[in-house]
Amino acid sequence: MLQNVLNSISLYAIPVLLVGIPLYGYFKKVKVYETFVEGAKEGFTTAVRIIPYLVAILCAVGAFRASGAMDVLTKIISPVTNLIGIPAEIMPFGLMRSLSGGGAEGMMVELFNKFGPDSLIGRMASIAMGSTETTLYVLAVYFGSVKVSKTRHALPVGLLVDAISLIAAAIITNIVF
Amino acid sequence: MMNIIWLVLLVVGVIVGVVKGDVQTVTDAVINYANTAVEIAMGLIGIMTLWLGIMAIAEKAGLINLIGKALNPIMKRLFRDIPEGHPAMGAIIMNLAANVLGLGNAATPLGLKAMIELEKLNKHKGVATDAEVMFLAINTSSVTLIPSTIIGLRVAAGSQNPTEVIGPIILATTISTVSAVILCKLFAKMKRYRIENVVNGIDGNAEVEDI
Repeated sequence: MLQNVLNSISLYAIPVLLVGIPLYGYFKKVKVYETFVEGAKEGFTTAVRIIPYLVAILCAVGAFRASGAMDVLTKIISPVTNLIGIPAEIMPFGLMRSLSGGGAEGMMVELFNKFGPDSLIGRMASIAMGSTETTLYVLAVYFGSVKVSKTRHALPVGLLVDAISLIAAAIITNIVF
Repeated sequence: MMNIIWLVLLVVGVIVGVVKGDVQTVTDAVINYANTAVEIAMGLIGIMTLWLGIMAIAEKAGLINLIGKALNPIMKRLFRDIPEGHPAMGAIIMNLAANVLGLGNAATPLGLKAMIELEKLNKHKGVATDAEVMFLAINTSSVTLIPSTIIGLRVAAGSQNPTEVIGPIILATTISTVSAVILCKLFAKMKRYRIENVVNGIDGNAEVEDI
């Protein structure tokens, strides 16, 4: 029931905005077509501005992923993560969530295939996956669009939250299921 | 910190590749990802243009302001340095709403619109403002009610109850968003991340000294 309501919201929200906003504008005497075109001009430059930031991040992440360095990193920190109830099998996926959304998704599917989506590990991976976005990607795209390269505390906060969300996912899974 | 993480990812990747005797794979990955990055940016052009156009109408009609005002009491606490009635507030709310509803296609363009508005308030170009970092902290911590991709993948993997994770995900993502907000406020006060210190150029080297 709730699922159906949520699904129809996702289905209709965009069409409602696409019709509602111009209609509202029209009634407020906005020249809708001219305003749209004027505002839309920035679309191309905004997207293109992101390229150098995205190339920098994705290439570094790509080198790290392809080399298999993730396994080495996992081995180093697994004694600590075992202590707080995070299974070693889930750690490479847990770390990947900060670096690459597609990579993490692929690893989650591997965990599903190996342990089953309804296993403890499968559930934990699903919950961890849903509780954060890909920190490095979001920072590159969003800061790139406004040419900000000194990102201050954005990265440490993002990475810490990724760690917190993994621990939270582990605890929640152990309690709920 | 971005400098160090970036360098570590790249250098460790290549070294591990060399040690494993499979450096070609690493090289290929770097080159492929450079192309992927451009493809992602190109893929944004159309949808970005569309939403910036729609948002321009919303702004001129006063809709963005209206949305910003409606949620002002909460937003004012999170984003202290955004003046009342600034379009950045409305754009942020639109982006967060799109995220909550799982509208991936609209969320990124609306988020970039919010960044463009936030950047107009930035006195030090190239350096992130408190409001920008807070906005991204909330964004990277993910605020979603409908994890449709995850449910889809669970269905594909033959789950008996693919939607059983929705409740736990909402709980986990609430925890992560709340911690993002708290950490963001705390870190903004730290010496090495304070805006005046970063602007004065001691950020790159200060990272090493301050640890």
